Amino acid sequence: MKWDWNAVGDFMPDFWQGLLVTLQALALGSLLSFTLGLVWTLLMRAPSRWVRWPVGVVTEFVRNTPLLVQLFFLFYVLPEWGLTFSALATGVFAIGLHYSTYTMQVYRAGIEAVPVGQWEAATALNLPRRRTWTAVILPQAIRRVVPALGNYVISMLKDTPMLMVITVLEMLGQARLFSQQHFQFTEPLTVIGAAFILISYLASLLLRALERRLVR
Amino acid sequence: MTSGLWDLVLKGIWTTVQLLVFSALLATAVSFVVGIARTHRLGIVRFLAGFYTEVFRGTSALVMIFWVFFVLPVAFGWQLVPMWAGTLALGLTYGAYGSEIVRGALNAVDPAQKEGGIALSFTPWQRLRLITLPQAVPEMIPSFCNLLIELLKGTALVSVMGMGDLTFSANLVRLALQQSAEIYTYVLLIYFAIAFVLTRLMRGLEKRLKAGVGKNPGTESSARELKRAQTTGVGGGVA
Repeated sequence: MKWDWNAVGDFMPDFWQGLLVTLQALALGSLLSFTLGLVWTLLMRAPSRWVRWPVGVVTEFVRNTPLLVQLFFLFYVLPEWGLTFSALATGVFAIGLHYSTYTMQVYRAGIEAVPVGQWEAATALNLPRRRTWTAVILPQAIRRVVPALGNYVISMLKDTPMLMVITVLEMLGQARLFSQQHFQFTEPLTVIGAAFILISYLASLLLRALERRLVR
Repeated sequence: MTSGLWDLVLKGIWTTVQLLVFSALLATAVSFVVGIARTHRLGIVRFLAGFYTEVFRGTSALVMIFWVFFVLPVAFGWQLVPMWAGTLALGLTYGAYGSEIVRGALNAVDPAQKEGGIALSFTPWQRLRLITLPQAVPEMIPSFCNLLIELLKGTALVSVMGMGDLTFSANLVRLALQQSAEIYTYVLLIYFAIAFVLTRLMRGLEKRLKAGVGKNPGTESSARELKRAQTTGVGGGVA
């Protein structure tokens, strides 16, 4: 096995650029998935089955099909329909949409875990519907689900390399570009592999600390 | 689409199914070995198993696939056939996730059961084989079902390496037809259909295993499924 530290040194500038793009995609994707997931959850509680049923079918479909194919779909089909976005925006949208179908389940569990007494108290205080949600239910529910949401952020981090296939130069994209230009595959791929392990390990430590503080 | 292109898609489905079966078998083996090792009485065995889990869960499946395809041949001289390289990468990665399921289910078995085994002077291996595993396995099935769906979605990644799976065939058809909406819709539907069949199969398996340890299959989990079916409206056929 040959290991060339010079190659690692040469790769580092590209690596930081890739890391930046990865973190960007991750942050935006997380925000989108948290928001969309909440929207799906609230729609699933709508009184009419004409709302619940389509939302249920679509989210189930998105959850059970590969993110990679969804990326291809959005990247190649949307321009055919006259909608053009940058590759990164498409990738963020795909990741956010895909993971919103997971976060919706997390939110639902969190909302169901709020004791019935809280609902009853809100009714007894004659709180309007909107205020019941924003001041009583959601603050308690979201507090409970932060650790679970955090796990999905880590999963999202591990799915960002897929953005490479739609030409986004995140970490894996940079590594592949570098390997093809310099014909050195071992070092860049190992560096980003280690970076992924390190980042997700640190994130899981952070999450455990957060869990201790929030869930008591 | 012409029939020639459909042949391409059918070949892709076959490759995807093959890869799914092989990597599911490898992942199951890895999850049981590593998961059981994490409940071993020796600290060093537990540490090694935990280390394996952290490393393989920490890295991305796609990075792992790149590593197996590009670094193993150059660095160690192991050139694998694409099918086995894909199986290895997916099996090891998803096996690490599975080992957590196995560990969780083993720890969830009532401690009194294990103590009963000790009182009857069973060896550790007998306790595992005759007492703990038969009770733990049925509890693992719903989680393994989810993991299997994730694995199915993961098999699409090998298309990046040029393996002719379903996703790869979709890309070929897109290049041939110069239009993408139709073929990608079909391919998404095919993946969804495979996932649906897998969910049904796993649910049947769970029922049989639960009946085997004298648990009523129609209690807790099916009530949860029922609720899920009511809220999602699909995929919740409950007996």
